[in-house]
Amino acid sequence: MTQLTVGETVAERTVELSRDSLVRYAGASGDFNPIHYRDDVAASVGLPGVLAHGMLTMGLAVQPVVEWAGGADRILDYQVRFTRPVVVDAASGTSVGVSAKVGALEEGVARIDLTVTVDGQTVLGKAQVRVRLDA
Amino acid sequence: MPVNPELVGRTYPPTAPYLVGREKVREFSRAVFATDPKSLDVEAARAAGHADLVAPPTFAVVVQEHTLAQLLADPEAGIDFSRVVHGDQRFTFSRPIVAGDELTATLTITSVKSLGGNSMVTAESSITGADGEHVVTATSTLVVRGEDA
Repeated sequence: MTQLTVGETVAERTVELSRDSLVRYAGASGDFNPIHYRDDVAASVGLPGVLAHGMLTMGLAVQPVVEWAGGADRILDYQVRFTRPVVVDAASGTSVGVSAKVGALEEGVARIDLTVTVDGQTVLGKAQVRVRLDA
Repeated sequence: MPVNPELVGRTYPPTAPYLVGREKVREFSRAVFATDPKSLDVEAARAAGHADLVAPPTFAVVVQEHTLAQLLADPEAGIDFSRVVHGDQRFTFSRPIVAGDELTATLTITSVKSLGGNSMVTAESSITGADGEHVVTATSTLVVRGEDA
């Protein structure tokens, strides 16, 4: 990892989200807000459909970086802004694309910038991960 | 009702200790599509010098949730949960969370702003281990939509 250059892509991944994924995340996280699994509730509050938990999108988006960096214990800081809801269709689900590039380099630490998209539109803003590079 | 601006600087009592379970870490890891062996395989975690499985970075939200519940239940805060949207989120680590940790979270409200009829509340939860040492700070900005928004 000593040869990193700013702008370089270090990881890319596409994750297929289904309603099953949302139910699994609800159970694992304890966030049982019904807008994440009930169409009628989502519609009643004016949403375009059942949404993925923002924290699920945040949680999965960092995984390609965790893998590249060599483990969750290398993550020093991780932030995102939730800019667009991720609608998950009951039958077809949705695909979330993640691309991770080197945003900045300093002594022993890389800032990795994430681009997270659904249907070609970004769903997270200022998604930045600070990663410890030294052994 | 706008969010009470006098919330700024308020610190809530520490939450009851949360014991991080090994299987909870595995369950959460699968739910966020984690592949890190240190989050799934105890031997891999121990080989890297950890006492047990290492939680994925966003696991801290499970502990932070208990502090946000305090805020939403505070009648003086004036926050209508059905109008809350998650604006942004940040985790800043001193060390990773590891299964077996007993974590306590203390919430401080660092900012309340009004913006176009909405309120933006920044809630900072400092999470410490049983030894009192800092583990991670979880910071959320909650957008509380105004009546007409």
